[in-house]
Amino acid sequence: MTTVVLNRRTLLTAGSSFLASGVLATGVSGLLLPARADGLAPTESMAGGANNYRKGAAIVDRIGKGGFWMSGTVRRAGDGAPLAGQRIQIWAHTVEGQEHEPQSHGATLTDKNGAFRLEMPQIIPIFGQPHGHLAYDSGEFKTVFLRPVMRSAKETSLEAHFVLQPA
Amino acid sequence: MRLALMTLIWAALAAAICVPIAFAATSPLLAWRGPVYILAGFAGMIALGLMLVQPLLIGGYLPGLSAYRGRRVHHWIGGALVAAIVIHVAGLWITSPPDMIDALLFASPTPFSPFGVIAMWAIFAVALLATFRRRLGLRIWRIVHMSLAAVIVPGSVIHGMLVEGTMETISKAALCALVLAAAIKVITELRARRKPRALRAESIARQ
Repeated sequence: MTTVVLNRRTLLTAGSSFLASGVLATGVSGLLLPARADGLAPTESMAGGANNYRKGAAIVDRIGKGGFWMSGTVRRAGDGAPLAGQRIQIWAHTVEGQEHEPQSHGATLTDKNGAFRLEMPQIIPIFGQPHGHLAYDSGEFKTVFLRPVMRSAKETSLEAHFVLQPA
Repeated sequence: MRLALMTLIWAALAAAICVPIAFAATSPLLAWRGPVYILAGFAGMIALGLMLVQPLLIGGYLPGLSAYRGRRVHHWIGGALVAAIVIHVAGLWITSPPDMIDALLFASPTPFSPFGVIAMWAIFAVALLATFRRRLGLRIWRIVHMSLAAVIVPGSVIHGMLVEGTMETISKAALCALVLAAAIKVITELRARRKPRALRAESIARQ
């Protein structure tokens, strides 16, 4: 008679390999982005980047009372030329409102060096991670949604960089 | 003396669960969260606390409860655990539907989400199978429950530890360590308790 070997060790191994597959699924995806030899590769949208997006947020000097700086650059894929006058929308869960609320959203334009910088309220952890959201969604180039994570919830600035490809 | 020890064990259990929750209740992050989001967070913490009670009940480590009563309470707490998880997930869904949908579809950018979702389905599976445990047979039921517990406990602990939220780090780590230790102790002990009988039955069968 054959007996199925089902002991604690095999069960624990099965259980932990099940869990490990979860780690691999989330970890490996970052390593599988297509490598491009011809110049600067375009930025891909990040998972969850578009969550709680509100299209058409107004261009503002500052979101709310400020105190936190979101900055970054916008460049063209291939040659990496800076893109001036590009509209970047920014939103996050801050001390002044939740992610989906209108007062948590604002937009700014890049300067002649393709750089942008917008003051906003302090970002605080939401859904387990202190993070911000940024979008390029103006039509000329392909839409990109970013979701950078702060190294620590105590930080008072965050950066995100866009490399755009024609739509 | 026995009464003193009994009180000490129950007080230690209450402290292990209530201290991390009390710390979370003082978190400054609560000021910027809505009531539904706050409720969802605390439901998750309560679920983690109940997960510490479950193996202790089955292992018979809680004084004043007979094995029968311990098992009965284990069943009720299992139901409460399912309810806590439902409140946790539903509350987070209401707070930010796209983030919760991403998590449930394993498309979330947060590394802790798949661990929580896997543990959730495993908990639901245990609860569902528990209602059919007599039809499954005690042996099969035990194997299924223990293997699912081996997914639920580490999954929940990793989920909780990776989340950056209202819980204070050290009290959270202590509760997670206790949950893990209690589950490992009971799983190994129940196997050790069952083994001699199984071996005896086998040798009788051979004769």
